[in-house]
Amino acid sequence: MSGFGAALLNSLDIGLLLFVIAVGLNIVFGVLNVINFAHGALYMLGAYLAYTLINLVGLSFWPTLLLAPLGVAAVAVLIDRLVLRFIYQRDVADSLLLTFALLLIINESVRSIWGSGIHVVEPPPILQGTVRVFGGPSYPIYSLFVILVGLLLLAGLWYLFNRTRVGRIMRAAALDRDMAEALGINTKRVVTGVFAFGAWLAAVGGAVAAPMRAIDPGMGDKIIIESFIVVVIGGLGSFPGALIGALALGLMHGFGGRYMPEINMLLPFVGMALVLLFKPTGIMGKGATA
Amino acid sequence: MKQTILLGALLVALIGLVALPWFAPYFYIFIVTEILIMGLFAASFNLVFGYTGMLSFGHAAFFGVGCYATAMTLLHLKWPFLYCLVLSVGAGALLALVIGFFSVRLNEVYFAMLTLAFGMMVFSVAHHWRSVTNGSDGIAGFTLGDFGLGLDLTLGNPAVYYHVVLVFVVVAAAVLYLIGRSSFGMILQAIRQNPERVAFCGLNVRSYRLAAFTLGGAFAGLAGGLMAPFLRVASPEMLHWSTSAEPVLMSILGGTGYFLGPFVGSAMFILLETWITSITQAWMLFLGIVLALMVMFFRRGLLGTFLDWWLERK
Repeated sequence: MSGFGAALLNSLDIGLLLFVIAVGLNIVFGVLNVINFAHGALYMLGAYLAYTLINLVGLSFWPTLLLAPLGVAAVAVLIDRLVLRFIYQRDVADSLLLTFALLLIINESVRSIWGSGIHVVEPPPILQGTVRVFGGPSYPIYSLFVILVGLLLLAGLWYLFNRTRVGRIMRAAALDRDMAEALGINTKRVVTGVFAFGAWLAAVGGAVAAPMRAIDPGMGDKIIIESFIVVVIGGLGSFPGALIGALALGLMHGFGGRYMPEINMLLPFVGMALVLLFKPTGIMGKGATA
Repeated sequence: MKQTILLGALLVALIGLVALPWFAPYFYIFIVTEILIMGLFAASFNLVFGYTGMLSFGHAAFFGVGCYATAMTLLHLKWPFLYCLVLSVGAGALLALVIGFFSVRLNEVYFAMLTLAFGMMVFSVAHHWRSVTNGSDGIAGFTLGDFGLGLDLTLGNPAVYYHVVLVFVVVAAAVLYLIGRSSFGMILQAIRQNPERVAFCGLNVRSYRLAAFTLGGAFAGLAGGLMAPFLRVASPEMLHWSTSAEPVLMSILGGTGYFLGPFVGSAMFILLETWITSITQAWMLFLGIVLALMVMFFRRGLLGTFLDWWLERK
């Protein structure tokens, strides 16, 4: 496998993980009309919970992958019930301010609970080491696992939204919440459920990322900025948009990191600016101009 | 009657501020200097948010770039301080013009995301471009020389520097106030309340939003320029989103509906910060909780709630 092949796998690895996180942001926006600034903080919380369960409680990797995201989803239910409830009827600025306050609260709580140092989680034995892909130089097994998880979630989400009753209810609530309510759907419960589901997706991303990324209090900041770029490029509220945006960003990192490391950091912003110039509502987006 | 009382209170406060170095110890001079600079920063944010209705989470970019501009010209070119500040204003305005060009054309949700993202881009550049910005160490080791205009001021003396800051902040605040009262400011407030209607009146909403954002950047740049000699360093933290959170919180704390709200918020904020950080490390946690509670239950802010009540009273 050439450098090109490795860069392509890296792009998929980064892109699909980003898709899982950004699609959560998108789903929450679709139904609640709120951009959750604390989404990256919830991703970070997922990673820290995974670290705690594996390194401090002594659980193995697989149950952790199940439990850590559920724990974060439970936190999200509390947030929705205790905090967000107050401002659903208000101006959109208030919801932005409130989730921004949550970002401060979660970030600083993480820093005071786990400290500001870097934590490391080992992948499970079966996923350690490298493997030769396409007969070329070796590639980490864990990265292939991340790609697999991303593809499974992609398929699962598509099935959920297009083939199940729950998915249809979510889409109905996103299209017209009053109408959904009039048709006998308990939209309050849908709102709580969707917010928790978005948090769950962020935390799955965090738990999966834990063994391959450094776990530190800055990891949420990085991911929320990238998620914003993804939804701006793809189009806010669009499912295929999130996939396109995430893969685009993955390619920028995968190939930019290999061929132009000096300006790699700026590439996503340049890409975002270009999309804003020519298609301000994103590649798959419609109607959001002021 | 109430107008007169308010004006009187303002005058007394102003006289107290001018006279402060003659009766207060250095510790309070430092605190009030910081309150004034951060108050100007918050007021520049409130021109964008409270007046025009655009919630920016990247306002620290303009504050920070102003701080870097003054710090770097003092270090490398040793310009008189006044010229450094002019450069800071220009740097803040220019950066706001560029970021605003991409950000003001979309709705509120997009605007909030884009300002945060572009703000963090500026942070990353300052953090990684070591050869120019000296990375995470920041720009330090610069000294204040002349003020400019042939004025003989010992800027190194905290009391003198305090008076310089006071003059700049009061003049800048007066200009901001007049902008808010002008027909331009009226249009900005109309845009906050109903952008469609303003557009129907034949005005170009996007240009007005961009103008407000650029002006906000210019005043934030000035605040940053004043901050550099006070802190004696320009560091990437000043560009981070957690610095952008400060004017947001100050404005909400004081109240976005009144011109002086951000200044009152700044005073509350700095006093609380001084007090809380002497007790615990978790200042940002406290900040987040206060912001959440204010948004949930006290949306008009402290000054706003008080003035609403007092002005309604017979």
